[in-house]
Amino acid sequence: MHAVASVAALWRREVIKFVRDRSRLLGALVQPLGLWLLLGLGFQQTFQLPDAGASGMNYLEFLFPGIIALMILFTAIFSTISVVEERTSGFLQVAVAAPLSRTLLVVGNALGGTTLAVFQAALFFVLLPLLGFSVGLPGLALVLTSSIFLGLAFTALGFGIAWRMKTTRGFHAVMNLFLLPLWFLSGALFPAEGASPVLAWLIYLNPVSYGVDLIRQGLYWPAEAPIALAPVGLSLAVTAALAAVLLAWTVYTVRQPLYGEG
Amino acid sequence: MSHANGSHATAGPAIEATDLSHAYGAQHALRSVSLTVARGSMVGLLGPNGSGKTTFFRILTTLLQPTSGTVRVMGLAPHTASHAVRQHLGVVFQDTALDDELTVEENLRFHGALYGVSSALLAERIDFLLDRFGLTDRRTAHVKTLSGGLQRRADLCRGLLHRPKILLLDEPTTGLDPAARHAFWQTLHTVQQEEHMTIVLATHLMAEAERCTEVGILDRGRLVVQGPPAQLTSDLGTEVLLLETPDPSTLQDRIEAQFGVATQQVGTMVQITEGAKQDLLTSLYDAFADQISSATIRKPSLEDVFMAHAGYHLNNRPAASPITTPANARS
Repeated sequence: MHAVASVAALWRREVIKFVRDRSRLLGALVQPLGLWLLLGLGFQQTFQLPDAGASGMNYLEFLFPGIIALMILFTAIFSTISVVEERTSGFLQVAVAAPLSRTLLVVGNALGGTTLAVFQAALFFVLLPLLGFSVGLPGLALVLTSSIFLGLAFTALGFGIAWRMKTTRGFHAVMNLFLLPLWFLSGALFPAEGASPVLAWLIYLNPVSYGVDLIRQGLYWPAEAPIALAPVGLSLAVTAALAAVLLAWTVYTVRQPLYGEG
Repeated sequence: MSHANGSHATAGPAIEATDLSHAYGAQHALRSVSLTVARGSMVGLLGPNGSGKTTFFRILTTLLQPTSGTVRVMGLAPHTASHAVRQHLGVVFQDTALDDELTVEENLRFHGALYGVSSALLAERIDFLLDRFGLTDRRTAHVKTLSGGLQRRADLCRGLLHRPKILLLDEPTTGLDPAARHAFWQTLHTVQQEEHMTIVLATHLMAEAERCTEVGILDRGRLVVQGPPAQLTSDLGTEVLLLETPDPSTLQDRIEAQFGVATQQVGTMVQITEGAKQDLLTSLYDAFADQISSATIRKPSLEDVFMAHAGYHLNNRPAASPITTPANARS
C-alpha cells in the first residue's frame, strides 16, 4: 500500500510539474516537429528509397516514426535533467532518506516520464491523416506499445545518467555524445538498406532501431511496412528487452551507496 | 527477560554513538566520535564546514556506513534496520526539498506519501502543521511565490509530517534574516515540546547553538567537547582575555615564561582563560605594551569555548587543515 501510494505520488509529481511548465511541453514538441519539417521538406526531392518498388513514399512520411521516437527521447531527457540538482540539493536529497526503496523511486519517475512521453507522442498522431496514414486500432496499439517501451527505456536511462552526473552540463554532454547518436543510427533518418555496410550494421545492432521499426510497422499495419527492419515479433521483443534492461541498470545504479565508502 | 530488554530499549537515549569513525578513502571525516543524545533534548553540533557534521547525519540517515564504531538510533542500528530508522527520522537540510512549481499542500501530500502516512492522518497533520507554522493561508500558494522564511517553515512542516521521533536539522536557517530565523526557532520549540521530539542540529552559528540543551563542538572530525552551553562557558571561568598581536607565538611563549599562565593561540590572537584578568592585563601591558595591539576582557561565550577547544575562530578555519572534504561531500 505504501509502495503504491509512493509510486502514485512520484508519478503525480512528474505530471503536475510538466503541466505547469509550458516551456517543457513546447521544447519537447516543437524541436522534433521543426526538425521533421526541415529535413522532410528539405530532402523531399533528393531522398530516394533503396527499394525502387516502394515508390510514392516521400521523406516526410519516412521520417515520421523516427520523429515520434525523438520526441519521446526529448521528453524523457527533459523530465530527468532536474535529477542532477535534486540529488544534491533538493527533493531527492530528502527522498533517499525516506523509508522508501530506491527501486520505487526509479519506477515512479519512469512511469511519470513515460506518461508524458506517450501523451506527447499521441499529440503527433493528429498529423497521421494529413500524411495519408489510416491507422486502425491494432496498428495504433503497436505504435503506443512501442512508445511506452521507448518512454520507459529513455526515462530510466536519463534518470540513471543524471544520477551519476555532478552538473547539468555533464548531462547535456552525455546526451549529445551518446543519446542523440543512438537516435541518428536507429534507422530514423535513413534505412539500413542502402546505407554503407558499417552504418547498416550499427543500425542492426542498435536496439533503439527496433523501437522505431515497431512504430513504423504499426503505422502501416496490417499491410507490410515499405522498409521493415525485422519481423514485428522481433522488434517488439527487442524494444521490450531494451526497456527492461535499462530499468534494471538504473535501479542498480540508484541503489549503489550515494557517498564514497572509501 | 526479552520483555525487560525491550522496555529498556524504548527508554534508552534517542541516539547513541560509540567510537564512530568514517573515512572517505584517506580522508578522515569523523574520528572516534562518542555522543549520547537524550530523548526530548536538543543537541547542537557546532563546527565549520568539513568538521564532520554532514557525515554524521549521513550515517544516522542510513546513507553511509561508518568505517568503525557503532551507532544506535532509538535503539536500532541504521545499517541493519534502515527502514525503521528512517521512519523515526525527520530531515531538514540547508536546501529546501520542496518543488517550486507545486503548491505547499501538494508538496506536503507528496512527501507524506513517501513516508507512508495514511491519507486521513496526513490531512490532519497538514492542517495542524500549517496552522502551527502560520502557513494556513499559503496552503494553495506555489512554493516559488513564498519568501525564504516561509519556504523554510514549509520545509520544516514537510520534515515533521510523519511525526518523527528525531528531527535532524542541517544548517536550517541559512539565508534567513534575523526576524525569520527567530520565528523559525520559536515555532520549532513549541512543536518540539508538543510532540516530545528530539532535535539534532548541525550549525556554525553560535546563536543557534546557544538555544540547545547540549552542544558538541566538532573540530576536523573530532568531538572535542560536549555539554550544556552554560556549563561549557562557565568552565572557562568568569572572564576570558583576548590579546590581538602581530606575533602570537612569541607573545604566547613570553607570557607563559614570565607569568606562568596557560594560553591558547587563536589565529592572530592569544586567548587566556585562567587567572584574574584585570590584574593580569595590567601586568601584561607593562611587560609587552609594544606587542599588544588590542585587548578584550569579556564574559565567556560559546565562541570562546570553540576557540579554546579548537584553537581557531569558527569563521576563520586555518587553511592548512589536515582534512579536506571530497568534492561531493559537504561539511
